[in-house]
Amino acid sequence: MESSVIGKSWPAAIYAVGREKIREYAYAVGEEDPVHHEDEAARAAGFRAVVAPPMFCVVYSARAMAPAIFDPEVGINLALMVHGSQEFTWGEPVCAGDEITTVATLADMSEKDGKKFFVFESVSTNQDGAETVRGTWTNIVRGG
Amino acid sequence: MKPGDSIPELRVTPDKYLPHRYAGASGDFNPIHIDPDFAKAVGLPSNILHGLYGMAQVARACTQAAGGDPRKLRRLSVQFRGMGFPEQEITVTGTVREEAGDGVVVEPVAEQGGNQIIRNAEAELSL
Repeated sequence: MESSVIGKSWPAAIYAVGREKIREYAYAVGEEDPVHHEDEAARAAGFRAVVAPPMFCVVYSARAMAPAIFDPEVGINLALMVHGSQEFTWGEPVCAGDEITTVATLADMSEKDGKKFFVFESVSTNQDGAETVRGTWTNIVRGG
Repeated sequence: MKPGDSIPELRVTPDKYLPHRYAGASGDFNPIHIDPDFAKAVGLPSNILHGLYGMAQVARACTQAAGGDPRKLRRLSVQFRGMGFPEQEITVTGTVREEAGDGVVVEPVAEQGGNQIIRNAEAELSL
């Protein structure tokens, strides 16, 4: 493993949050609260527009994570990779119409018992510069 | 909610095509999730659920326990362990571990057929 790649960041990825995408995601994961489906209900609850369920962060972060995970300099053998653990810390809620910028960084790499651990961090901010989520993504590569 | 309390249990049975809907919603079209033949060819019993779908069910259970407002879920960390499968019921349970700031820390677990698919999880809820 080439430890000099630890600390590498990839170019910021921008994601425009659409109302129908929030609805599609909310429907897929079973989030039935009207604040995720109707602007009127969301506004009544104090949001600017339809609000994303917290875990929608995986949708807008994914665009920033893919180039990091596929980077040959990091050297992940994707065929042997599993998603080991995940943490999110949420800030400002994300609503339809927001533009979210996400930057991914390789925070750590290590090896233990024949497994390689790759820890990425992502920080997402909205169009006003407010942090919406911070993610820690741990991928494990077995025997590769 | 106070330390030792259980959060209301969440039960959900993802149908046969749930992994396809989740793939479309999330953009993760890894064939191990949506193609049973591919999954079997790489040694899995069948196509498996997306781990982040399971984490979304844990998030949903925790948010509901805090009254349903998505702003109440401050932090969630999980470990993905056993594989989850479509057409089998998932149960999310959880216990309040301690009070923290303006809320509580909950330890949730997602289980399917006696197998923990998400464990060592921690959720911070504001109340």
